Amino acid sequence: MDLVLTQIFNGLQYGLLIFLAASGLTLVLGIMGVINLSHGSFYMLGAYLSLTLTSLTGDIFLSLALGIPLAFLFGAAIEWLFIRHLYARDHLQQVLLTFGLILVFNELQRIIWGTFPHSVPIPSYLSGSVKIFGLMSYPVYRIAVAGLCILLALAMMFVIQRTKIGRMIRAGESNREMVEVLGIDTRLLFRFVFATGVSLAAAGGIIAAPIESVYPGIGESVLITSLVVVVIGGIGSVRGAFVGALLIGLADAFGKVYLPQFASMVVYALMAAVLVTRPGGLFGRA
Amino acid sequence: MKSRSELSRRRVLALTGAGAAAAAFPFVRPSFAQGGPLKVGLLLPYTGTYAQLGEAITRAMELYVKQKGGALAGRQIAFVKLDDESAPPKGAENTTKLIEGEKVDVLIGTVHSGVAMAMAKIAREAGLPTINPNAGADVLTRGLCAKNIFRTSFANGQVGLATGKAAAEAGIKTAVSFTWDYAAGKEMIAGFAEAFTAGGGKVLKEITVPFPNVEFQSALAEIANLQPEITHSFFSGGGAVKYIKDYAAAKLGIPLWGPGFLTDGVEAAVGAAGDGVKTVLHYADDVDNPENKAFRKDFTDAYKVAPDVFAVQGWDTMQLLEAGLKAVGGDVSKRDAMFAAMGTASFKSPRGPFDISAAHNPVQNFYLRELKGGKNVLIKTVATKFSDPGTGCKLSS
Repeated sequence: MDLVLTQIFNGLQYGLLIFLAASGLTLVLGIMGVINLSHGSFYMLGAYLSLTLTSLTGDIFLSLALGIPLAFLFGAAIEWLFIRHLYARDHLQQVLLTFGLILVFNELQRIIWGTFPHSVPIPSYLSGSVKIFGLMSYPVYRIAVAGLCILLALAMMFVIQRTKIGRMIRAGESNREMVEVLGIDTRLLFRFVFATGVSLAAAGGIIAAPIESVYPGIGESVLITSLVVVVIGGIGSVRGAFVGALLIGLADAFGKVYLPQFASMVVYALMAAVLVTRPGGLFGRA
Repeated sequence: MKSRSELSRRRVLALTGAGAAAAAFPFVRPSFAQGGPLKVGLLLPYTGTYAQLGEAITRAMELYVKQKGGALAGRQIAFVKLDDESAPPKGAENTTKLIEGEKVDVLIGTVHSGVAMAMAKIAREAGLPTINPNAGADVLTRGLCAKNIFRTSFANGQVGLATGKAAAEAGIKTAVSFTWDYAAGKEMIAGFAEAFTAGGGKVLKEITVPFPNVEFQSALAEIANLQPEITHSFFSGGGAVKYIKDYAAAKLGIPLWGPGFLTDGVEAAVGAAGDGVKTVLHYADDVDNPENKAFRKDFTDAYKVAPDVFAVQGWDTMQLLEAGLKAVGGDVSKRDAMFAAMGTASFKSPRGPFDISAAHNPVQNFYLRELKGGKNVLIKTVATKFSDPGTGCKLSS
C-alpha cells in the first residue's frame, strides 16, 4: 500500500512539472495555430537562465522574478523576428522554422554555457527533506515546486476565465476573423500570447533546474512529453493540459514499476487510447 | 590550348615544389620504403556531448608524441583529425574518408560505441592497425574482435564484472541494479550480476528506465520497497547528476555503487549529494605509481586542466602504437609482425600495469573509489590484472 501511495504522489508531482511546460505550448498552438517545436528550447533557456541568475543573485526565487520578464521580452522578440511571418503559412513551414530554431538555440547554448552538466543550488530554507508514507524522503523543494505549479495553474485559469485579456484569448481561439472585426489588434494579442508561452516554459525551466540539473538537450524530452500532453488534453485547453499532465505523470510512475518492459510505451499508449475515444482530446473540441 | 597551359602550370608547380622540398631537406633520406611521416587518423568527437572526451584523448596523445620529440620508433607522427560527431550513421562514411581519402597508416577511434561498431566493420576489411581509445561495447573485443583492432580502454562488461566482484568481496549479499535501457548500461549490469552472483550475492531486481529519461522517483520508491543492501547504478552526464542528487534526497539509507563513469566528470556538479558514492574503474586520480605522478604533472602543466580517465586511455593508445612500431622499425606495411607485437604488448601505464588480452582488450587493475568532497578517493585495488573473458572471440595469442 505504501508503494502505491508513494507512486501516486510521485506521479502527481511529476505531472505538475510537465504541466508547467505544456501549458505554454497548448496556448500557442490552440490560439495562434502555430506548431512551435522550439518550445523545449525555451524550457532549456529557463534552466540556463536559472543557472546564471542564481549564481548572480544567490536565490532561485529571485532568479524566477528576474527570469520571467527576461523570457517574456525574449519571446516577444522571437515572435516579432520570426513567428509572425508564419501565421498565414502552412504547418510544414512552421515546423521547419521552429525546428531550425532548436538547432540554433542548441548551438548558442553550447557556445555560451558549454557542454558540462551543471547544478543549481536549492535555497537553504527549502533544502531539507521529509518522509512521506514511510518509504522514502522527498526534498522540501520538490514539494514547494508542486505547490507553485498548482498556484500557477489556478492563476492561469483565473486569467483565462475571468479577465478581459482572457476573454480576448478565448475569442481569438474560437474565431480569429470575428475578433479582428470587433477591433481587437490580434497582432499584439498574438505577440502577448507567444511571449506568455515562452515565459511559462522558461519559468518551468527555472524552477525545475535545481531538481533536474542543467545539461545540453534538457528541453528535447520536455518538448515530446508536452506535445503528448497537449494531444491528450485537447489543443488550446489549459484545463486539458492540467489533467493530461497529471495523467501522464501517473501513467509514467506506475508504468515504470508495474510494466517495466513497456515503460517507454505506456505514455504513448495512453495518448493513442485518448485519440481513439476522443479525437479532439479530453477537453478539446472534436 | 587551355588544357595545355593548365598542364604546364601544374608541371611548373610540381617541379618548384619538389625543388623547394629538396632544398629544405638536402641530406635527409627516408629510411624505409614509404617515407614521410606516419599518418595517424583520429576519428573522434570534437563537437557535441562527447567533445570533452575526444579532446582529452587527443591532448594526451599529442603530449605523448611531443615528449618523444614528435616521433615514435624513429617515425615522425602526423595526426589527421576528423570529427565523428558521435553520429553512428556517419561512422562508415567518415572511416572511409580517413582510410581511402586521407590514406592514413593507422586509425584511432572512437568514443561512441555505435560509431565504433561502424568503424570496426570497415577497419576489419581494410586491415590497417586500429586502436579504440574508449568505446566500451562488449562485442568489439568479444564476437566482433579482429586481429588488427585493439582497445586501450575497457569493455563495459569488464567494468561490470569488476564492480560485482568488489561488491561481493565487501560482504554484500543483495543488490538492485538500476540503469538506462540501452547497451552500455545493460552490459555493465549483466557483468555486475555475473560476478556478484558468482561471489555469493543476489541481484533482487534489475530496473531500467528508457534512455535518456531522468525521472527517477518511481524507481527510487521501488528500491526503497525492495530494501537491498546496495543499489548498483549506471547513468552519465546530466542524468548522473540528477540521479545522484535524487538518490541522496530520497534518504533511502542504502549505499549507492556503480561503475566509475557514474561519477567521473560530474564530481563538482553533484556536490555534497555525491559523498559516499562508491565506484569501480580502471583508473583513479590518486593511483600511486611514478608513471601516474609524472603523467598528471605533465598534462596539467601543458593544458592547465587535470587529466581524467579518458586522457589516460589516449596516453596508452600512443604507448601501444609505439610498441607496435618499435617491433617493425616504423614500417607499418609489416602488419603481421606489428600486430603480434601489439597483441603481446606490456607496459607501465598511469593506471598501473597494462597488458593486452588475446581478444585485444586491456588486462588491467580495477580500483574501488569513494566520492568525497568532490574527489574520487582511491580506497583499494579490487582486481589485479583483471581480464574481460572475451567470449566469442576466435583470436588466440
